[in-house]
Amino acid sequence: MSDSGSIEVVETGLLNTVQDLGRPGLRKFGVGSAGAMDGFALAAANLMVGNPIGAAGIEVTTFPFRIRINARRRIAATGADARFVVGDQMLPPWWSIRVEPGTEIRFEAPRHGMRGYLAVAGGIAVAEVLGSRSTDLKAGFGGADGRMLERGQSLPLGSREGDCSAGWDCFGIAPPEKRMPLMPPLDVGDGTTVVRVLPAAEHGELTDEARTAFWTSEWQLSTSSNRVGYRLVGPALRLHRPIELLSHGILPGVIQLPPSGQPMIQMSDANTCGGYPKIGLVIGADLWRLAQVRLGRRIRFVEVSLAQALAARDELDAALAAIRRTTSRLLTKTGWPAN
Amino acid sequence: MRLLPLGDTAWTVEFGDRVDPALHGRVLGLLDALEKAKADEEFVGVVDLVPTFRSLTVCYDPSACDGARLGETLRNLAEKAGAARREGRHWHIPVCFDDDLAPDLADLAQAKGLTREAVIDLLTRTTFQVYMIGFMPGFPYMGGLPAELEMPRLSTPRQAVPARSLAVAGAMCAIYPWESPGGWRLLGRTPVPLFSAQNEASPSLLASGDEVRWRAIARSEFTELEAAAARGGLSRDSLLVKG
Repeated sequence: MSDSGSIEVVETGLLNTVQDLGRPGLRKFGVGSAGAMDGFALAAANLMVGNPIGAAGIEVTTFPFRIRINARRRIAATGADARFVVGDQMLPPWWSIRVEPGTEIRFEAPRHGMRGYLAVAGGIAVAEVLGSRSTDLKAGFGGADGRMLERGQSLPLGSREGDCSAGWDCFGIAPPEKRMPLMPPLDVGDGTTVVRVLPAAEHGELTDEARTAFWTSEWQLSTSSNRVGYRLVGPALRLHRPIELLSHGILPGVIQLPPSGQPMIQMSDANTCGGYPKIGLVIGADLWRLAQVRLGRRIRFVEVSLAQALAARDELDAALAAIRRTTSRLLTKTGWPAN
Repeated sequence: MRLLPLGDTAWTVEFGDRVDPALHGRVLGLLDALEKAKADEEFVGVVDLVPTFRSLTVCYDPSACDGARLGETLRNLAEKAGAARREGRHWHIPVCFDDDLAPDLADLAQAKGLTREAVIDLLTRTTFQVYMIGFMPGFPYMGGLPAELEMPRLSTPRQAVPARSLAVAGAMCAIYPWESPGGWRLLGRTPVPLFSAQNEASPSLLASGDEVRWRAIARSEFTELEAAAARGGLSRDSLLVKG
């Protein structure tokens, strides 16, 4: 792989992994999708370096994170508002820059948000497992030998497409909250993140009191939350009668109610089936926003209709399409780096 | 039959709420019908079919199809597909019951007033039905455990159940494909890998609808087969009962 270049992990913490957009379609084999928690940020970072949206990048959850790049490549950082230092230059997030071999890239703890994403032109070229390069930490395959990144590890880069010297040396794009007017407020500073939810099969089994509490409470994201699921802390929710269910298939976004009465939300490494009552489902278009809520912060649910969920999805697709248009101009220098 | 929405990306077709071969037959009937029809225009956008004991979850890409229309098509198909019962594969899977590979066997035998040999005999004379794969990649939930062997989970789960342990809990039987925490009772171990990420078409050895019998093996054969599996020399075909 030396002809294609590599990156070396210089400093890392727990749970930093190689992720792409996941391996859908294998739940019948008990294989979850895995993939970037904030798939929008990874897709955008890929577009900013001229990659297809599904190329593998690095999901950074624990900071500081440092790598050294051993090739002349374009890189981009998106997601959390992490201070992104390239050589001795500090850049804002949602920037793309061309770097020289030997450059060190450092992510400092973010001021807002939870997860940063690094894309490199050509992508992280670890072997594909079952059609994806995402790390499945539970089963231990995909990514870098199925594990979180370790200091000193070298990751191969794919061969880059196109001419690296074309385009602006350095450009930024507007972060996603500026692009989606339908989207409820994001957590900035001490705010609460509002996420859009469709009621699910057992929503009607909540007592009146519990239903009101579910929709009006501010739920704190427990510190034991992870890529498998988020645990929420708030008023205990009760059902009209205890329900013990045999497992149904479940997906990222499903909000379940275990006997403790404290809801759980399945995330990217979700189990493929589960038996707790399902009271709601975070819409697909808001999973990336949930991925950026910091542990200990609060979220609130707002009910939407199926039509609203689909409109939100269209809005997300349109935002990505706009980023694709902008970046393709910037990468060929047919547009200005202002956005 | 109920059609339950799972957000904007999936439907769950629920046939009932029991563990029951007849109910599961309807799940398999719908699964079969969908697998046959998946190339048809009305199923474009379907990305995954997840069978469970009593339901089938159909995941779709909402940008590739109309979810509401798909739901109606599924409802009609589920009513028509009825109790069609498809033929699963029949497996004979070797299991070694040596004490160090079966840490809960003696306790279970004692609790049930049986000898160790009687427990093994019951296990190896039973045909188990694979209801679903889930919890972790390749993990089979199997029914058919004789009532004489039913026991609840351990009150304190193990931190690390060894990979390929044969395990029982309640009326269910399973094999842990991976080392993982777990509260099921461990009665033996197979040398056969339950999951192969290199097998793109069928990474899980077992599938919903398959039938499984255990074949008791001596430690020497266990060691040989384990070594063969480690170098990729254990064919899945050799475990299938033909005809």
